[in-house]
Amino acid sequence: MAGKTLYDKLWDDHLVKQREDGSALIYIDRHLLHEVTSPQAFEGLRLAGRKPWRIDANLATPDHNVPTTDREKGIEGIVDPVSRIQVETLGKNCDEFGILEFKIKDKRQGIVHVIGPEQGATLPGMTIVCGDSHTSTHGAFGCLAHGIGTSEVEHVLATQCLVQQKMKNMLVKVNGQLGKGVTGKDVVLAIIGKIGTAGGTGHAIEFGGEAIQNLSMEGRMTICNMAIEAGARVGMVAVDGTTIDYVKDRPFSPRGETWDAAVKYWRTLHSDLDAEFDKVVELEGSEILPQVSWGTSPEMVADVTGNVPDPAKEDDPIKREGIERALKYMGLRPNQAITDIQLDRVFIGSCTNSRIEDLREAAVVVKGRKVADSLKQAMVVPGSGLVKAQAEAEGLDKIFLEAGLEWRDPGCSMCLAMNADKLGQGEHCASTSNRNFEGRQGFGGRTHLVSPTMAAAAAIHGHFVDVSELLN
Amino acid sequence: MRAFTQHQGLVAPMDRSNVDTDMIIPKQFLKSIKRTGFGPNLFDELRYLDEGKPDQDSSQRPLNPDFVLNQPRYEGASVLLARSNFGCGSSREHAPWALDDYGFRVIIAPSFADIFYNNCFKNGLLPIVLEEKVVDQLFQETEETEGYQLAIDLEAQTVTTPSGESFSFDVDSFRRHCLLNGLDDIGVTLEDAELIKSYEEQRRQTAPWLFNAGQ
Repeated sequence: MAGKTLYDKLWDDHLVKQREDGSALIYIDRHLLHEVTSPQAFEGLRLAGRKPWRIDANLATPDHNVPTTDREKGIEGIVDPVSRIQVETLGKNCDEFGILEFKIKDKRQGIVHVIGPEQGATLPGMTIVCGDSHTSTHGAFGCLAHGIGTSEVEHVLATQCLVQQKMKNMLVKVNGQLGKGVTGKDVVLAIIGKIGTAGGTGHAIEFGGEAIQNLSMEGRMTICNMAIEAGARVGMVAVDGTTIDYVKDRPFSPRGETWDAAVKYWRTLHSDLDAEFDKVVELEGSEILPQVSWGTSPEMVADVTGNVPDPAKEDDPIKREGIERALKYMGLRPNQAITDIQLDRVFIGSCTNSRIEDLREAAVVVKGRKVADSLKQAMVVPGSGLVKAQAEAEGLDKIFLEAGLEWRDPGCSMCLAMNADKLGQGEHCASTSNRNFEGRQGFGGRTHLVSPTMAAAAAIHGHFVDVSELLN
Repeated sequence: MRAFTQHQGLVAPMDRSNVDTDMIIPKQFLKSIKRTGFGPNLFDELRYLDEGKPDQDSSQRPLNPDFVLNQPRYEGASVLLARSNFGCGSSREHAPWALDDYGFRVIIAPSFADIFYNNCFKNGLLPIVLEEKVVDQLFQETEETEGYQLAIDLEAQTVTTPSGESFSFDVDSFRRHCLLNGLDDIGVTLEDAELIKSYEEQRRQTAPWLFNAGQ
């Protein structure tokens, strides 16, 4: 019999009941909540007269709607009354049911997918869910983590379980070393470019290979974060020394003998050598260049040295129409050089790229330089209050401010523009976020997905440049 | 939950692949704390010429005449015919809520994104996967025939065209059972409460770090 994959192991360890009809009850160790996808779930609990099954499994914070300025005003600082009600509702619900919430003025507040790992609330081997598709981020710790809808948020609150069908196993292996200036973000964009936005549908993806093993936890989180953009709800990386070092001594991490027992178990969280995958994709790390998305789907990416595609050269009529529609929306010409795309704004932030390492990498590029005059705005939004404090302790805020970038307070911000941070119609933005869908960053806005180093370099030049050349 | 057994209704064609949930219901409408009222903002950016805002009377807004659902022949459609990877992107359940509130009961596509597919079943909405060539045929027939309707039978797992041609589809048995009977799946899960408790107790012993509160 073949060995087990990491996904098989996590599944087996959380299986409460295998039903005859093929569905299974899977136990959930950690449930993260934010203000947008939880109010209807709490309301459902109340209407049915149910209570949360295990209160200490839940951790909540407002992130999608929070402003990134004037935070000392707290909830009163939220100008939009509809947003304010949503943040207030989360607070009331958490207070009513006794759920731990890092409220808007708490220094631990931040994007759910940043604060889980930061607090050690994300530990290897856990099942983690949240009403947010980027919950796949936590798979970087060898967790089984995925996004759920609001009905499932209610289901997890009420039962601590989810009804699941087992997914297929997929391995995405990135061999060898990455080039200079090439980050986890470029790797995952290159993967999505290769397999497409439905390439991982129905599968749990494990990311492996030397290039992945050499990445920091931040880099691995960036990659797992965007598994959903490849169609896979789940992205994972095996546990190793890097993982264990990261989780040590965090507020929720175990101590003493429990720590030792945990580490012993965590060391088993990798796919067995003889495990079989339903699908395997390989990439060579050395062939991956800095990536820029040119279209309205995360699979529409090109090397920074490349060009926007020419729809006339596409044989498949559905794809051709897709390219034509994207170019029209994006206001780009066929064959236009990526480095010729002029930008209006730069956004460094989001659950994909707002951790301390992301900010350090961006700061290296902008240090001693100035943001291009042609830009309307370049902003840095740290992923949490603690990331912000760490960056300030390292002096990164001063580097950004001196270069002419704005230094904001933590939240989802311009990744999805539910707060006041958004693009104007027709504006081009170099963004370290995860989705370039039409209107995602604001009505008529045009998003180009890039790494923090690429966004920083673009801020200095006003258009895309090959950051690997800049770093030489 | 509302049960789904059979449905016959007018078909509207949404002829583009990778329709994401941001497109189905843009973020500014996710600020609602209710489950209802999303229908007027379904496909908001495609459907209207102006920028949609929450709490606005959408009946006064300028419609995009080129958008398929604005064509009079598709008024009252309850079956949405779509292309591959429908519902990709954000996990927002507001997407099926908006489709449901607009009046759709069935979505047919060659493939769906996982989270969206799952969310549909929680709301009495039936997503049906049919082969690409069958979907192509249905697109062609829908566009050629005004008033084109399809009949869907969940019990028999069939989609039947006006000419009587019938296509069968797969659906896993638990989801089918819940939808046919309009079951609250939390209630079904809680029938196994003792099993959940004993699993939890065993994990407290073998993996106590999973039950740490913050320090």
